[in-house]
Amino acid sequence: MTSEQIESITSERTPLKAWLQGSSIKLVMALVGIFFFFVVAIGIQHGVKTRAANQRILAELAEEGVPEAERAKDSRLEDAWLNGWFASNRFLGRRNLETIARQTTIVGMAALGMTLVIISGGIDLSVGSVVALSTVVIAWLLQDGGLGPLTAALGGVAAAAFFGFLSGVLITRLRVVPFIVTLGMMLVVRGAAKGIGREQKINVEVDRLRWLDELLASVPKGHWMLVPIGVWLLLVLAIGVALMLRYTRLGRHIFAIGSNEETARLCGVGVERVKVIVFALGGLFAGLGGLMQFSRLTVGDPTVAVGLELDVIAAVVIGGGSLAGGEGSILGSIVGALIMTVIASGCTQMGLPNWVQEIITGVIIVVAVALDRLRHRRAD
Amino acid sequence: MAERVDSDHSARLEMQGVCKRFGATIALDEVGIRVSSGEVLALVGENGAGKSTLMKVLSGAIKADKGLMWLDGVSYRPANPLEARRAGVAMIYQELSLTPHLSVQENIMLGMEPATLGVVRWKEVRRRAVDAVREFDNPELRPDAQVSTLSVGSQQLVEIARALAIGCRVLVLDEPTSSLTQQDVDRLFEIIGRLKKQGKAIVYISHFIEEVKRVADRVTVLRDGRVVGTSEIQAISTDQIVAMMVGRQVDELYPRSSRRAGEVVLEIEDLAGAEKPICASLELHRGEVLGIGGLVGAGRTELLRSLFGLAPVRSGKIRLGVYTGPASPVRRWLQGAGLLSEDRKAEGLALSLSVAENITLSKLSGFGPLGVVLPGRQDRAAYRWIEKLGIRCRGPRQPVQSLSGGNQQRVALARLLQHDVDVFLLDEPTRGIDVAAKALIYRLIDDLATGSPAEGRKPKAVLIVSSYLPELMGVCDRVAVMCRGRLGPMHRVEEVDEHKLMLEATGQEVRS
Repeated sequence: MTSEQIESITSERTPLKAWLQGSSIKLVMALVGIFFFFVVAIGIQHGVKTRAANQRILAELAEEGVPEAERAKDSRLEDAWLNGWFASNRFLGRRNLETIARQTTIVGMAALGMTLVIISGGIDLSVGSVVALSTVVIAWLLQDGGLGPLTAALGGVAAAAFFGFLSGVLITRLRVVPFIVTLGMMLVVRGAAKGIGREQKINVEVDRLRWLDELLASVPKGHWMLVPIGVWLLLVLAIGVALMLRYTRLGRHIFAIGSNEETARLCGVGVERVKVIVFALGGLFAGLGGLMQFSRLTVGDPTVAVGLELDVIAAVVIGGGSLAGGEGSILGSIVGALIMTVIASGCTQMGLPNWVQEIITGVIIVVAVALDRLRHRRAD
Repeated sequence: MAERVDSDHSARLEMQGVCKRFGATIALDEVGIRVSSGEVLALVGENGAGKSTLMKVLSGAIKADKGLMWLDGVSYRPANPLEARRAGVAMIYQELSLTPHLSVQENIMLGMEPATLGVVRWKEVRRRAVDAVREFDNPELRPDAQVSTLSVGSQQLVEIARALAIGCRVLVLDEPTSSLTQQDVDRLFEIIGRLKKQGKAIVYISHFIEEVKRVADRVTVLRDGRVVGTSEIQAISTDQIVAMMVGRQVDELYPRSSRRAGEVVLEIEDLAGAEKPICASLELHRGEVLGIGGLVGAGRTELLRSLFGLAPVRSGKIRLGVYTGPASPVRRWLQGAGLLSEDRKAEGLALSLSVAENITLSKLSGFGPLGVVLPGRQDRAAYRWIEKLGIRCRGPRQPVQSLSGGNQQRVALARLLQHDVDVFLLDEPTRGIDVAAKALIYRLIDDLATGSPAEGRKPKAVLIVSSYLPELMGVCDRVAVMCRGRLGPMHRVEEVDEHKLMLEATGQEVRS
């Protein structure tokens, strides 16, 4: 072997370079692109609206016989450019960014777990139910159990993690595919949540909540925290999970199982053990999502978050996760979740009805995955 | 060199008196093999002879009912594949077992990543992976290259590197060359030579006797779960090995009746596809067997696929019977052509469906009134071919995935027969199947091309693509080879030899 070849083998590809070549950067760029698309679109929309209003006013004034020189001085006239500029700035502003971050937190939290599950080649359809269950358990522990907020929160998250663990055990012991087990678990957990709540919402007295309703509460302007504690928690956990996926044996084994389960088993990876851990983590993060949900609404609602799992799966899939396993990233999933929130928020501020948002989100999911496939085919 | 005494189990690997029974069938009956350090033992036998069962016992995937094993004289009883690997017995399977999404280094170190508190020490992973692949001298094997981007040959080297990285003492290669190019095969054999020098014991399983002759020191032949014989490789001829495998002399592997070429049923002129073929012209007559040889990647499969409408046609003329121009697979079937895919598992068969479903899949009419498919009639059609082709199965309702390779291929062929096509397009019809099934397919091809006036069967036209030249020479009337997307001139088999075809296939100038 020539020294050149040895060098080419041993020369390290820097992580930054690899990242720049990867799909995550493109995804981040797509997010920024979509965001600024809305910034511009909202600006233009408001500008155009103002101009139309101005013209109407001018027309009215003309009808009333006001002389042309006087018309322009009417107090109702607004500057179209300035109005568009303000609207854009509102979308770009700290308040809106914070709202987007807050709205992403629940889906983002659950997406951390779902990313692990999907990379390992599985899927978890019970996430929405688990979120509901943990809100109910937290409320129940606070109200009926008389526990403190920390114990109640931990209890809710633990209950969620337990059901994830149970899914994992059933999947590995019964050898039933995750789709079926978690489909069943979706109903079981939803039922359990309704049972605990006796088919009703559990309201919690305000003084029992203490800090529990502040996790996602808006942060006052100029406060050092910038965004609510819940968002920070998501950020820290996301970094932690991403590092775990990249640098630990567990993380690499999750990829290996998703890529080729039989090979992983042959090479001494404890496939069953890893899967149980992955589903338990999936439940845990769904439970944290439930904690955030509870914090926002401060009730234990067994009927909340129906179908949330689909949003979570969509976030992971937009972020480059492959339902066949072996692919996916935490950054991608978080960006995927953000893309969905930005679209929702942008559409709302443009005054587009809900159904338009839904169509756009649907199209984005398919387009994102199609583009990803295209990239794969090119690579082949 | 003095032969070592058997009873002291001093060989690197020794298996003795291994028995395994699955229900009523005896898969292994008192089987014993011995491999010394620095030796390549070839293990040959037809499909179902017990090779893979024996190797599963060796690798800990299944437990033998009876029998003993020793590694370097120490008793060896693996409870599972993992224990076997840790003991130093590594298997390189026919189907690659890699994690395609991970990097070369991660695949090599998978399951034994050095770690501190669960955090992988990547520097060490890298160092050990580089050590493991250095020997192979293959620039494609960068440690952080994603495995799915590598060629099949390189992927196989990653598997071997993984075996070496765990410090294997016994390396089992199961049909390692079945999907490799000639160049990769040569490289693999060179590496096997090096591993021998390092003192590894190698068990080499293959259908290709020529390969075995080239690479092995000794050969053990299995048949029906028993060892038929073991011999030094120089002391035995290819014919003798084949005779031991099938238990009878195969004097007439390639039967050839007197065929009479009739009208032209398939004609292509300057056919070009998306990338390959670049240019191909041929005429196929009724009552003729035409062969296309060449190296893997020359564009032969693409030619058949373009013909059959599975791949685009960019330019050129195709005429099939009275129909001209390209057509979809649906139309091709209606026009009386059928394609046997080279990839039985992924494309050729619907693995989870039954024998009967697979045989009747291309034409589900005539099994009942008004397009209704009556299972009884479907079964009856299937029975006919099960009998005729000797498909070994429990019945027409058995899923094909539980059949052996040779029987699966019979099912795939039966579909063309049941459809009663006129033009048979056969892509690697004998890949990965045993000698008995091969012989049957050769007989069948001859029978199809000859026809039978007594039974009122007209002669058919057969176009075969194969990488195995002796097979083409044996079974075809005319052959041509493809090289880099271009189809060479047709030769009558009497007027050409393998040497000349090989020169054409490798793109050498043919010297007259």
